[in-house]
Amino acid sequence: MRLLRIVPDDTKFDFMRFRRISFPISAIASILAIALYFYHGLNFGIDFKGGLLIEVQSKSGPADIGQMRTTLGALNLGEVQLQQFGAPTDVLIRIAEQPGGDAAQQEAVQKVRVAFGDTVDYRRVEVVGPRVSGELLSYGVIGLGLAIMGILIYLWFRFEWQFALGAMIANVHDIVLTIGFMSVTQIDFDLTSIAALLTILGYSLNDTVVIYDRIRELLRRYKKMPMPELLNGAVNQTLSRSVITHMTVSLALLALFLFGGQAIHSFSATMLFGVVLVGTYTSVFIASPILIYLGVGRGTDALTGPASKDKKP
Amino acid sequence: MLYFTRWKAAAIILTALVVCLCAVPNFFPASVVDSWPKWAQRHIVLGLDLQGGSHILLEVDTKAVRREKLTSLMDDVRRTLRDARIGYTGLVIRGNSVEVRIRDAASVDQALTKLRTLSQPLGGILSATGQNSLDISRDNDLIRLTVTEPAILERVRQSVDQSIQIIERRVNELGTVEPLIQREGSDRILVQVPGLQDPTRLKQLLGKTAKLDFRMVDTSIPAEQAQGRVPPDDELLYSSTQPRTPYLIEKRVLVSGADLTDAQPGFDQRTSEPIVSFRFNTSGARKFAEATQQNVGKPFAIVLDNEVISAPVIREPILGGSGQISGNFTVQSANDLAILLRAGALPAPLTIIEERTVGPGLGQDSIAKGKLSSYIGAALVFIFMIMTYGLFGLFANIAVAINVAMIFGILSLLNATLTLPGIAGIVLTVGIAVDSNVLIYERIREEVRAGRTPINAIDAGFSRALATILDSNITTFIAAAVLFYIGTGPVRGFAVTFGIGIITTVFTAFTLTRLIVAYWVRWWRPKSVPI
Repeated sequence: MRLLRIVPDDTKFDFMRFRRISFPISAIASILAIALYFYHGLNFGIDFKGGLLIEVQSKSGPADIGQMRTTLGALNLGEVQLQQFGAPTDVLIRIAEQPGGDAAQQEAVQKVRVAFGDTVDYRRVEVVGPRVSGELLSYGVIGLGLAIMGILIYLWFRFEWQFALGAMIANVHDIVLTIGFMSVTQIDFDLTSIAALLTILGYSLNDTVVIYDRIRELLRRYKKMPMPELLNGAVNQTLSRSVITHMTVSLALLALFLFGGQAIHSFSATMLFGVVLVGTYTSVFIASPILIYLGVGRGTDALTGPASKDKKP
Repeated sequence: MLYFTRWKAAAIILTALVVCLCAVPNFFPASVVDSWPKWAQRHIVLGLDLQGGSHILLEVDTKAVRREKLTSLMDDVRRTLRDARIGYTGLVIRGNSVEVRIRDAASVDQALTKLRTLSQPLGGILSATGQNSLDISRDNDLIRLTVTEPAILERVRQSVDQSIQIIERRVNELGTVEPLIQREGSDRILVQVPGLQDPTRLKQLLGKTAKLDFRMVDTSIPAEQAQGRVPPDDELLYSSTQPRTPYLIEKRVLVSGADLTDAQPGFDQRTSEPIVSFRFNTSGARKFAEATQQNVGKPFAIVLDNEVISAPVIREPILGGSGQISGNFTVQSANDLAILLRAGALPAPLTIIEERTVGPGLGQDSIAKGKLSSYIGAALVFIFMIMTYGLFGLFANIAVAINVAMIFGILSLLNATLTLPGIAGIVLTVGIAVDSNVLIYERIREEVRAGRTPINAIDAGFSRALATILDSNITTFIAAAVLFYIGTGPVRGFAVTFGIGIITTVFTAFTLTRLIVAYWVRWWRPKSVPI
């Protein structure tokens, strides 16, 4: 059987030359993403905004959303959104946070239950009070920050500070672009989105570290090779691995996205965008070429540091 | 890299086998597993999103705790000064303090000494913190007693502990399976009850303070006229049923709910209305007997959470220590009140600040979809790996399958909860686990191209790739660990499986994959590497 070779052996693609295109593109995309965040905003779910989320299933055939909207409108619950969710019998109801603290949210749930009575099954009821939502958001942001810090410190120990800085720029770039994606698509931004962001971070770093590992190895082996050529070599040598790994990860994610159901739909969509598109692009076109500017030195601890225990053949 | 001593190989296989075997109890129904020895019973718990149920986060009303603490401090101050026969004026609560003015300047010092006895060191004998429950200061004839912040926190902590016990009793009365009730942070309680279709009743049981008092009704002025000028020893309360009738109730409590020993729902023999019958303990029975003897012909009120349930007239002294409450109950509400009275009153009101309920139907759908997507994802990855690496792809698939089995084993060992995001974490682990194999194989391909002999290339491929695998997985693990520490609910479920998955991935890459390839090399003595 002939085995699949997606990337031909001895590929010699000049990735570093692309930095003159990729850097401006990334800069513009990042600015766009930030602008989107401020002017278009994220579709904050109840985890961060507070309020009610109720998933109901009509007991008698397809749900009549118009009818339900009228029923709910009569309750004076402020902003109410209805949306068909998966099957035609299923409807997702979002109700904005009620004024009057935690008890008011509970009263609203009760009102909805009374209004619909026995005509629907309650598949999911989520109520997040004002205090919890504020905490969840700050925990999420703190978590993202802590994760980036922790990873940077590790990279700093394991490589040189230039690598850590390069990885951080690549990281922030990934997160900014993914947030831009979430703003464009108006995917629900909730707790699972934070999980998705952190996983994208992990994956992208994973990728970056693999290439950095190779860069360090080449730095040690070819003392006189010019930096762009050396970086090109590292990216090309790891290209086959990058492509194959991303193929498998996207296969797994695609299965989650297509068959995993509504509950993890936004999670897997975000991951597909972040891991497959951004993560791969970043480690090849941003994280590696940026080292040219950060001035990775030769003969410093990158060469004599912990990795030098690698046996020479 | 390819040489394993016999005992080392045995140890690797044994470890993997034992960890995989830990997952076995999950494949048997609970009734079968129950008859196994305790150590063999550990299994994965399905999260509420998969089996359906309610997650309710409650918060102790810290303000109420503070208010109650200050009120009781004021009572203490009044009693202490009265007992010492010291004249005072203007006993008030101001902010976090109780203030009192001593009439006679000469007795201020004496009052100060007496009041100091009210302050206690915090933390008990074992963990004395050097802090006291009260800060007492003096400003001429004014004495100010401030409740310290640690004292309030201590009281909140105690309230949470007591509340947890009471909630446990209440929830257990509902007859649900494996409810989880635990403290969250300093002033919160998490209640998770699996398999509830409608949490309304649970929430009603949780939200009620259930503070029951028997008090006299003040009939000196009609309640309707008392609005706006309530006598100082009375308060105006309303009936629990519509229309809400006002009652003028004495603040003094004849007997409180704490003196109840039992409460049962039942039916009134004459009217066959649902009622709750109760029984007092000895001291409660004596107090109730005295009060009813003195007040025959007058109405008294049964007050629950500041609402009057009923206000019957005492026809004759009640000496037996038992009685019944009737007040427009339904069978259900009589039953619930009995549960609440038996479980006791909460020390402070609780508020529901977060609720997440998943119906059983959605849970089953999620399990089905989670399974389907995992199988399809795994199948796609397996086929792709064999297409790319042939025999070595098969090795990788075996390693990944063992990897996933080990994740389930460790989850069982930890009695961990598997949620839908957790399943997503496992699917992603498959991606990472495959990556570790890809890294190794790609390195081997490179070494072959560099002109090494097959065995040499495999050896070098492993030793170089493993360093990279370690580096890249540690960075990912840091992200997973942070997720675990900051995350709640869904995020945490994801972090657990993802983190465990990274550990098993590193383990399999370093041991099993290597072992499989090593044995293959030993048996086949390959002339070329088939990748």
